[in-house]
Amino acid sequence: MNRSLLIICRQSPWSSLQAREMLDIALTGGAFDLPLALLFLDDAVLQLLPEQQPSLLQQKDLTANLQALPLFGIEQLYAARRSLTERGLDELSLGLPVQVLDDPELKQLISQYDQVITL
Amino acid sequence: MKFVIALYAPPQAPSSRRTLRFAEALLAGGHEITRLFLYQDGIYNAASTQVVPQDEVDLSHEWRQFIQRHQLEGVVCIAAALRRGVLDVPEAQRHARTASCLAEGWTLSGLGQLHEAIQQADRLICFGGP
Repeated sequence: MNRSLLIICRQSPWSSLQAREMLDIALTGGAFDLPLALLFLDDAVLQLLPEQQPSLLQQKDLTANLQALPLFGIEQLYAARRSLTERGLDELSLGLPVQVLDDPELKQLISQYDQVITL
Repeated sequence: MKFVIALYAPPQAPSSRRTLRFAEALLAGGHEITRLFLYQDGIYNAASTQVVPQDEVDLSHEWRQFIQRHQLEGVVCIAAALRRGVLDVPEAQRHARTASCLAEGWTLSGLGQLHEAIQQADRLICFGGP
């Protein structure tokens, strides 16, 4: 029985390499068929906005990597409702099919996984 | 207990020092460290070219000694390291770079090594995240 892993991402998409490198952990785990889930917390919910234009920042588009998650078997995708609300984001207009969780549900989610990585 | 330790912060960050002290305490307490994994800016802990003022802690040097003394497996994410210019000799040759600076004791390898270690260890302890 494989150990389950929850990856908590807290970084905005374009401020550093961290968002991309976090996704690389997820996609590698998906390629090995490991049971893992992704939680978008704090500024990481900005990764979920559709129609971003990273080329204006001379950056490579992260959206393709995010869209690849289900193809790699990573379908457990979560976002924190509080993080969305704080940033004025509408959960119905996100670019990925995430399940939006309240604070008590976050606590429950984290306790369900064997291991947790926060980046 | 079997521990895998992941470090995401560079040597000058307090969390890097705490990681090493934690690792030392684990071994002193009779636990096993099955793998050290450096990712993101943590890969700079495996660079051999840092020059630290004499009255400051040389953490990269301490890591090398620690790994060698205890024969630990120190793995550095190859993608993160290449991006940041910490190459071993074969990678420097492959990419036609004039210098390599991966310190002795560390090995460049893929993220699969982190997942494999997580699967086999009792605990994953991460340092240097946000």
